[in-house]
Amino acid sequence: MVLKVVIVGAGIIGAACAFHAASAGLDVTVLDRGPVGAGTTSRGEGNVLLSDKEPGPELELARLSRTLWDEAGAELGPETFELQAKGGLVVASTLEGLTALGAFAARQRAAGVRAEPVDEVAEWEPHIAPGLPGGVSYPQDAQVQPVLAAAALLRAAVRHGARLLTGEAAAAVTGRGGRLTGVRTADGRVLPAEAVVNAAGTWGGELGRRLGAPLTVLPRRGFVLVTQPLPRMIRHKVYSADYVANVASSGAGLETSCVVEGTPGGTVLIGASRERVGFDPALDPAVVARLAAGACGLFPFLRDVQLIRAYRGFRPYCPDHLPVIGPDPRAPGVVHACGHEGAGIGLAPATGALVTAQLLGRPWRGADPAGYPALLPDRFLTSGGAPR
Amino acid sequence: MGESVDLIVVGAGPAGMAAGATALAGGLRVALVDAGTTVGGQFWRPPPEHARTPIPDADPHQGARAHRALRRALAEGRERGRLLLHLAHPVWSVTRDGEGFAVHAVDRSRDGAERAVTLRAPRLLVATGAYDRQLPFPGWELPGVLTAGGLQALLKGGGVAAGSRVVLGGTGPFLLPVATGLAAHGVKVVAVCEAAGPLGWLRHPGPLLRNPAKLAEGVRYGAALARHRIPVHPRTAITAAEGADRVTSVTLAALAPDGSPRPGTERRIEADAVGVGWGFAPQLDLLIPLGCDLVPAPDGNAVAAVDEGQRTSVPGLYAAGEVCGVGGAPLAVAEGHLAAASVLTDIAKATGRPAAPAPAARRLAALRARVRAHRGFARAMALVHPLPPAWGSWLTDRTVVCRCEEVTAGQVLAARTEHGAHDHRQVKQLTRAGMGWCQGRICGPAVHCLAAAPGPYTPAERLIATPVTLGALADLDTDREAADR
Repeated sequence: MVLKVVIVGAGIIGAACAFHAASAGLDVTVLDRGPVGAGTTSRGEGNVLLSDKEPGPELELARLSRTLWDEAGAELGPETFELQAKGGLVVASTLEGLTALGAFAARQRAAGVRAEPVDEVAEWEPHIAPGLPGGVSYPQDAQVQPVLAAAALLRAAVRHGARLLTGEAAAAVTGRGGRLTGVRTADGRVLPAEAVVNAAGTWGGELGRRLGAPLTVLPRRGFVLVTQPLPRMIRHKVYSADYVANVASSGAGLETSCVVEGTPGGTVLIGASRERVGFDPALDPAVVARLAAGACGLFPFLRDVQLIRAYRGFRPYCPDHLPVIGPDPRAPGVVHACGHEGAGIGLAPATGALVTAQLLGRPWRGADPAGYPALLPDRFLTSGGAPR
Repeated sequence: MGESVDLIVVGAGPAGMAAGATALAGGLRVALVDAGTTVGGQFWRPPPEHARTPIPDADPHQGARAHRALRRALAEGRERGRLLLHLAHPVWSVTRDGEGFAVHAVDRSRDGAERAVTLRAPRLLVATGAYDRQLPFPGWELPGVLTAGGLQALLKGGGVAAGSRVVLGGTGPFLLPVATGLAAHGVKVVAVCEAAGPLGWLRHPGPLLRNPAKLAEGVRYGAALARHRIPVHPRTAITAAEGADRVTSVTLAALAPDGSPRPGTERRIEADAVGVGWGFAPQLDLLIPLGCDLVPAPDGNAVAAVDEGQRTSVPGLYAAGEVCGVGGAPLAVAEGHLAAASVLTDIAKATGRPAAPAPAARRLAALRARVRAHRGFARAMALVHPLPPAWGSWLTDRTVVCRCEEVTAGQVLAARTEHGAHDHRQVKQLTRAGMGWCQGRICGPAVHCLAAAPGPYTPAERLIATPVTLGALADLDTDREAADR
């Protein structure tokens, strides 16, 4: 008996879940109301990062994911989704900042991350601002083109027998004992399923509610700036050291931290801002100005470079800034895989492997089904099952 | 920053000038913002002082009298300090600012580094016009192949003829003034290839008969074409351009009713410059991020939805001219007047003080009638000059569709057939078509067709409406920090 799984969401997380579940021989249907990777997946730089993560369950997942991205590249061809192991360089602007960064990197090294002190950042990045005291290099940091990656993973899933359907999930259909038997779509179809994966990203809270397993997943708006195409001026992903502080922060207002990198197309990407303003789509020129100032501070030559595009996305985050991955105890058959905030691209393969392991009830591609208790939805529930 | 105004008008072409003049006459303080260094826009583009040969200004078809009257009204407004004219100020973003609007521009009027500026007003009128709609064909990226509007702009703005043997192609009446303008400048116009049939007007005679001025204009162009011995080939298209370093010849083909080339009709003619125009695409980049509702226009473009007073779906936001549907300068002028009249009416309603002098009901009725008549004409024109449905049959798999990112027709079609991309946004994500310098402004309509997307072409939302240096933006941030201290 092959387990029937409906995966709701054809973004990077849903695509990675479909890739691993279909590779494991499960009967997979991917359902999305829109095209592949049209949500938050298409709105980011495609970061696959270890450098920005504190030791803990997310870093563990990121380490597994980094390996699985390489495996996916080997299987599908790294060029199909522009997998680039370009490496990251985190630079401090002050001696105090460098000391703090050094301590952070030491803890990451203890957790298995390659993090190497850099004295002369100009040797790594010839066009960087003069006078910076130093930094840390993270050779494992990488990048993919997220929409191409989602499309490639889904194509591979389809080769393994998965189906891709357009439609909107409306409700879970349950049989005896509350066991899931299918997913009802908004246009009245019922897709037979013994399990449904919530990979709806920023809309994961709403989908959870429809499936009888409500979650709190909130949008955190971000802008990324794109410059005119240039000859290769920036070699790595270059961050200012305050990036680390901001990603883990839960402060309310605008936060920006400077992330600058080149792309194969020649454009330079400048991130990243984080704001809690709901789903407000409006561009905020003050945010653009702050990002521009940060980038010009790191790379002065950017002052004369034209900004040609900005894009905006809504990162999905849970109240404790960790993704929620695993079966929901309130609704048998419902498995969550959302809330990855700004790390969804990087964490996607390991999320897909972990969900597959949980569905199989045995390890899959290095993911132990019982391996990440801190990411289970149980953490948001009281012992009686009510939301905490 | 700066002095407060009641209304900001973005775009100083025919629509924006007319809007400015009516708003000034109604007693408003107005800021008129444009990327160009003079008022007039693309249509009333004046020759620069260094123009090699002065262009004859006595062109009666260009509404020269209306143009002069608007220029006078604006000059008077400036003298009285009621009009703030911000030329060489490309606008990169417009945002809501409380109940009003903030217009974010860069000041390029002085030499040296550009400077970011922000203008604020309770009401905003967008009259940003349109630009040539292009369809790709093999060889269209060769130097010497321009848009029809580009040829026209070189001629009007610089007195420069792009070549000595020119072939024009595409569809629509705009090809005619370009042809006669070039010929008047001594350029040999070898052929004008009009994809539509010569008798299309017979199916829509009403709008032409109701617009005798347009009929007379057509007759004048016909006479000028005959005088310069310019051959016009109906149901014909430029299906390829050839050359090594630049264009040296083009291939013409007669078109079947679906727009595909009739086999065996291809012939090659020598040319050193080519101008192509398939109608126009409205410049909606400032309107879309504001959430302005769009409606389909008969030429296949989505355009700003406006009421009979040119009000958009966003309170306080008005639109006039080509952004509401391509229809030419006289329509744009009427819409500009009408939009500003609505601004005056709405201010009077909101404040309880009638604008002085209030726009007379009779004048409003006349303007509305003019807009209706011109719109009817524009609709008929769009129906007579459609994009040939099978234009994609001119392409080979290797024909470049997105010139900035060098994405070919084969790649675009693969995105559709192999990856299920159904519109230009998905094609962009999968192929990079539209991700380069022009951000899909040139290839967007073509990719929309090649992706077989249903409905009108709606441009991608572009949060940055025009390129701006990071330095100017960074200084904006420093300025704010200084102000905070």
